[in-house]
Amino acid sequence: MIEPVRGRRISVEVNGERHERDVEARRLLVHFLRDDLDLTGTHVGCDTGNCGACTVIVDGLAVKSCMMLAVQADGSSVETVEGLARDGELHPLQQAFSSFHALQCGYCTPGMLMSAKHLLDHNSEPTESEIRRAIQGNICRCTGYVNIVEAIAATARGEVSG
Amino acid sequence: MSETTVTTDQPITLGEQEVAPGFIGQNVPRKEDRRLVQGEGVFVDDVKRHGMAYVHFARSPYAHAAIARIDVSRALELEGVYGTLIGEEVAAETDAFFQIAPPPGGDLKDYALAVGRVRHVGEPVVAVAAATRELARDAAELVEVDYEPLEPVLDPESAAAPDMPQLHDEVPSNTIWQGNFDYGDYDAALAEADKVVRIKRLHFHRFSSTPLETSGAVVEYNRGTGQWTIHSNNQFPGFAIIMMAPALRVGMDKLRFVSQDIGGGFGNKICTHVQLVAMCLLARKLRRAVNWTEWRTDQHTANSHGNERVFLDVEVPVKADGTLLGFKARMIDDCGAYTRYEPLGCIIWAQVTPGCYRWRHVRVDFSQVCTNKSPCGPNRGYSRMQHLWFTERIIDIVAHELRVDPVEIRKRNYIRADEMPYETPNGCVYDSGDYARCLDEALALIEYDGIEAKRRDAESRGRLLGVGIGSTLDSGTNNFGQATLVNPELQFSGNNEVATVKLDIFGEIVVTLGTTPQGQSHETTAAQVVADILQVSPDDVNVRAGHDSYWNSHAGFSGTYASQFAVTGLGAVKGATETLAGQIKQIGAAILGADSPDDVELGGGFVKRKDNPEAALPFMACGAIVNANNAVLPLELRELTLNCRYVYVPPHQMPDQERKYGNLTLTYATQIHACVVEVDPETGVYEIVDYGAVDDCGVRINPQIVEGQVQGATAQAIGAATHETFVYDEDGNLLTPNFYDYHVPHALDMPPLKTAYIESPSPFTPLGAKGMGEGGGAGLSAVASALQDALRGSGRPIVSDSSNPYNTVWELLRNPEESRQLVEVEDR
Repeated sequence: MIEPVRGRRISVEVNGERHERDVEARRLLVHFLRDDLDLTGTHVGCDTGNCGACTVIVDGLAVKSCMMLAVQADGSSVETVEGLARDGELHPLQQAFSSFHALQCGYCTPGMLMSAKHLLDHNSEPTESEIRRAIQGNICRCTGYVNIVEAIAATARGEVSG
Repeated sequence: MSETTVTTDQPITLGEQEVAPGFIGQNVPRKEDRRLVQGEGVFVDDVKRHGMAYVHFARSPYAHAAIARIDVSRALELEGVYGTLIGEEVAAETDAFFQIAPPPGGDLKDYALAVGRVRHVGEPVVAVAAATRELARDAAELVEVDYEPLEPVLDPESAAAPDMPQLHDEVPSNTIWQGNFDYGDYDAALAEADKVVRIKRLHFHRFSSTPLETSGAVVEYNRGTGQWTIHSNNQFPGFAIIMMAPALRVGMDKLRFVSQDIGGGFGNKICTHVQLVAMCLLARKLRRAVNWTEWRTDQHTANSHGNERVFLDVEVPVKADGTLLGFKARMIDDCGAYTRYEPLGCIIWAQVTPGCYRWRHVRVDFSQVCTNKSPCGPNRGYSRMQHLWFTERIIDIVAHELRVDPVEIRKRNYIRADEMPYETPNGCVYDSGDYARCLDEALALIEYDGIEAKRRDAESRGRLLGVGIGSTLDSGTNNFGQATLVNPELQFSGNNEVATVKLDIFGEIVVTLGTTPQGQSHETTAAQVVADILQVSPDDVNVRAGHDSYWNSHAGFSGTYASQFAVTGLGAVKGATETLAGQIKQIGAAILGADSPDDVELGGGFVKRKDNPEAALPFMACGAIVNANNAVLPLELRELTLNCRYVYVPPHQMPDQERKYGNLTLTYATQIHACVVEVDPETGVYEIVDYGAVDDCGVRINPQIVEGQVQGATAQAIGAATHETFVYDEDGNLLTPNFYDYHVPHALDMPPLKTAYIESPSPFTPLGAKGMGEGGGAGLSAVASALQDALRGSGRPIVSDSSNPYNTVWELLRNPEESRQLVEVEDR
């Protein structure tokens, strides 16, 4: 009988830095980020892929990192919330979220920011309905989304600088 | 520290007569944001310890069953499993949790794990600790438990019937508590009535705010000192410690509660003391730190649901002119399997007994039963929301049956601004407010004047348009003395909160709060208050993030719950800062050679002589002198510490237990919401096409933060009204245990939301502010009200449930007669 492979060495670039680790085959990408790399900005809010708190960008695609295995990210480039600010300067989306009071407890915020970044990376002039569609996979229980939508729209309009 | 860009241009009142421009009332940017937008917050699952074990609970698959045998041997054989904990050990090593209810309801035994019997699906039975999360879960699957299923009790209305099985041997009729409330003269009101409206049954459904961060903890045990450090997201450590210390048979100081950032709470994180005790036992048993991070499914099946409530045999005497005289009802509250904060819900509704209305005659028979469902606990709007929805339903059903305009009947019956402060029939004192004006504002937001044209337009598109109103109160800074109205033996009353404010050696202003914020921006608003009193910028004020019960800024009621920070928390901050300001002035006067502290003033980080502002001492020098150079101080000033602790205690009195009478909360913020829906008569699918929310919470410390709370509370109420519900099948299985089946609002679900504000300052609070944030659940009332209005041309059905998903609306359209059977009008 052939033993199934229980783990593998993977190499993943996260926020521009390459990491090599041995991981269990069943390790979720989100737990690889949080527990192995100690990048705890990416959060877990459900166990069914509904809430989007764990959203990161993998090779240019917004991905719920609880729905992807770490081994599937082998060789990829991952962007997380920790990579948004540069040299102590907030990303315009981060600044806008603060200015528009688009966060209260801040738990959904990292995933929300990554979904918003993915949107603006691909659509520099989104309509309100496009913004709402882009974050429909991200649940926020605090804000009712009003200020989140405004913050993303203002960033797109270039009204906020980082 | 965040940058503050606002300027000081709004006057605030300091002390008795002083007035100065201030930061209170400004949209000061949040101090919390910089770490949170960068993913640099510290939430409980971000806390890690060397060799930490991960805990997974094996849970009951049955709603009601006896536990015949537990075998953990196969789980323990798995490599990397550190150990287990079962109910027998818990029963031996802890005492059952203290109960708030009097006997016999209070005789029930509640432990950290099931002992001998399980009483709801998802109840923790065995805790398994292992090297990784995945391994702990694998091991929990290997735990063998033999159950002997028992018949479950699921329906609150029949739970007390003689032939029903009993959940707890100690609690006959499954009845936790029963009490009669009789205010005014109900019989006289009934005799005086021109019409009597009777409603057979109204039902408020089960749901919860389901914070995005689930509950959790990292618990460490110090064997040398016998102390536990509990890193958790519990939102009411004062209550948790009171519950846990006796259970664990230790002094309160052995339990140190720590939290930094909490991912939403909404009341649902108050009753985690149960799981925390299991974690304490495991940390001690395994001699290592233990992490428990609740799964989403576990939060839904076994954390803390909002109370389900049924209103039966409702009777409403009404005068011919539409004046409502009072109401009578039998209310049955379902608290689920165990009483953890209950039966406090049996009295908390009475904070808002008459809702927003002037009726004076009330007779309520209130009972609470236990059922084989998840335990209930506080949930945003706790217990008042259920009651306010009930009063709003009465108003709309009476208006509907008597064919009176729902706006007019409200205005006729609302308590009036010139009657404030208003004493309610049960002795509560509504501090301030103007409900009619709020209603006008709300109607203006939805352009009510043009609503008939919109109604016709909707009809032309085959849609039914309806307008609804929700009038609620958010009562805050509660008087824990109300607990004695459910159990006179309890030694609870009043309320308190603590803050410390200090000036350090290098001039740093450091504020420590006793609260456990979960998004309510306490760091920011506290800094605004401190800045105004010390005449500095909020940027100069360092408010420690989070909570630590070892910071000595902690009291018996410390926590973040029940709409009170703007009163209790900021009251404490104000008190501590004023004391500090006084000490700085004393030192400044002495060093600067002024005759008295009255001859100096604070400004720009200096204490200065009023007659010669050139003679100024920087705060840094004050801090240095007191802390590190105090031989220069006159002897009589050496007791000054520049480290000031203040406990804010509201002016509560003991309520009258015999009459169940007294002021149960200090402030009553107002929410008047107006909602416009369009219903598809073919399918029952509806859309909220316009929504206006008017809030009055007195002085707003930070209007942007207040608006955020209003928007969030509204979203939760709309979610609960339209989709969110905890549904059980006939075997007691929860059918909505995750975000697939339990649909919370997403960005595309939210209607356009308009907000407006009036400010009726509270005469009773330190800053004129009122607690707010729970929002009273006005949206639940507004949606029910709008649907009933929309359907009035389709057989005049009655909306009798707080849960109104599309299929319910379709049922009302299909068979309006059935709902009409619920209501009858007696003409006198």
